[in-house]
Amino acid sequence: MDESPPLHHSAYTQGINRVHSPLLAGALPWLSIMLASLLPQWLPVATAPLLPPLGFLLLVSWRQLRPGLLAVWAGLPLGFFDDLYSGQPFGSAILLWSLTMIVMELVEARLPWRSFIFDWLAASAIIAVYLLASLGLANSAGGHIDAVMIVPQILIGALIFPLMGRMVAQIDRLRLTRFRMLG
Amino acid sequence: MAPPNNRRTGFSKRAQYSAFYGYILGFIGVGLGAVLLIVSLADHSAFSGLRGSAADVVAPVGSTVAAGRSEGSGFFAAIGGFFTSGARNARLQKEAELARVQLAEANDVRAENTRLKALLAMPNDEAKPVALARLIASTSGSTRRFATLSRGRDAGITVGMPVRSPMGLVGRVLEVANRSARVLLITDSESMVPVRRARDGIDAFAQGTGDGRLQLRLINLGPNPLKRGDVMVTSGSGGLYRPGIAVAVVSELTRDGAFATVLSDPSSSEFVAVELPFAASLNMPAPSAANANGQAAAGVRR
Repeated sequence: MDESPPLHHSAYTQGINRVHSPLLAGALPWLSIMLASLLPQWLPVATAPLLPPLGFLLLVSWRQLRPGLLAVWAGLPLGFFDDLYSGQPFGSAILLWSLTMIVMELVEARLPWRSFIFDWLAASAIIAVYLLASLGLANSAGGHIDAVMIVPQILIGALIFPLMGRMVAQIDRLRLTRFRMLG
Repeated sequence: MAPPNNRRTGFSKRAQYSAFYGYILGFIGVGLGAVLLIVSLADHSAFSGLRGSAADVVAPVGSTVAAGRSEGSGFFAAIGGFFTSGARNARLQKEAELARVQLAEANDVRAENTRLKALLAMPNDEAKPVALARLIASTSGSTRRFATLSRGRDAGITVGMPVRSPMGLVGRVLEVANRSARVLLITDSESMVPVRRARDGIDAFAQGTGDGRLQLRLINLGPNPLKRGDVMVTSGSGGLYRPGIAVAVVSELTRDGAFATVLSDPSSSEFVAVELPFAASLNMPAPSAANANGQAAAGVRR
């Protein structure tokens, strides 16, 4: 009994005359990262930094899941947007996100073979370095916070990163939805 | 799984150029970020206009979310109430009996207070708030503790005004936009509030630690007089915060001071009042923005 599922049930063969929407395919990664940058501010007013930088996590996820989809320079506009809402001194996300994109590009050129565990470890290291650098920049702008205090934030960020990857994969499926074209 | 090898651009000049310029733009992003960072570190309010406009744009969403959030927490509190109602009822009855006695005493004290203030010809009325607003957003991802108010310049809010909730002090206004304002919470590590012990007026500074607590530094050194459970209120020195606003309760003693838990937890204070700076409400020259903090502690800016 070796029966493959009927083809017309597959999402990819449903109907004829359907194509991807270039608008959706191009804009959804950007929109999802911007939304993730906005989201943390609406969660309950926090007394301690616990929430990982969701926008940054999503940026790294997209970069890992779809290399080449976000251009190397994507850190500039997306970091600019994140800076507007993050509370960090202005320019810190532009700098750090741009650096992240370049570093990930370099690392990927040297270590092209990847696995889930390797991706996770690499992302965790990136998140830890990013949060420590953000802390340093925030401190130089007037804060006095020990690095010990952001350890929970780093751990939570590393732990929910695979979850972010799943979410990005879902958004990626939505991104490639095919619509009926007439004419 | 190996990633698709899209690094090779092949013979297409167009692909080669777009890859090349992509890298150039990436490095321009790094440089631009560094420049903007230096500017914003040198002048903290350099991009406040930009941030303010951005906050204005999403303020309606924030207000909606904040309303939904308080509804939601009320819902869960109602469910939780079923399980704790018996014990709470007994406790509240006991407290109400005690409170009735204390209320009578307090009325007596208030009458005496009014009489003595009249004797000294001091202004008696409490400061009327400039505006009532909702805390609609906060920077929960950053180590800095800022919050956003749902009202701004339209409600007459200006930079430096203290923000409080019925529970106690919340912070002070740092940047104002048209329909929103940015508040430096007292738990931020840059915030420094002059406080005194409510009981006997021992002076201290309360500096935020960034984790929801305040570090109390006593002004007069000597044996540490603080005890756990001491209530600290604003002292009014410096002319920014009106004296007598509750700030924090001492929770943990250190060798030369204490850590205190903030009374007005920003996550539970939904509505806050923005008041005139204390000096301005007495028609005295207002502390300048730089001075308001400069007198509180050297090295604290704006």
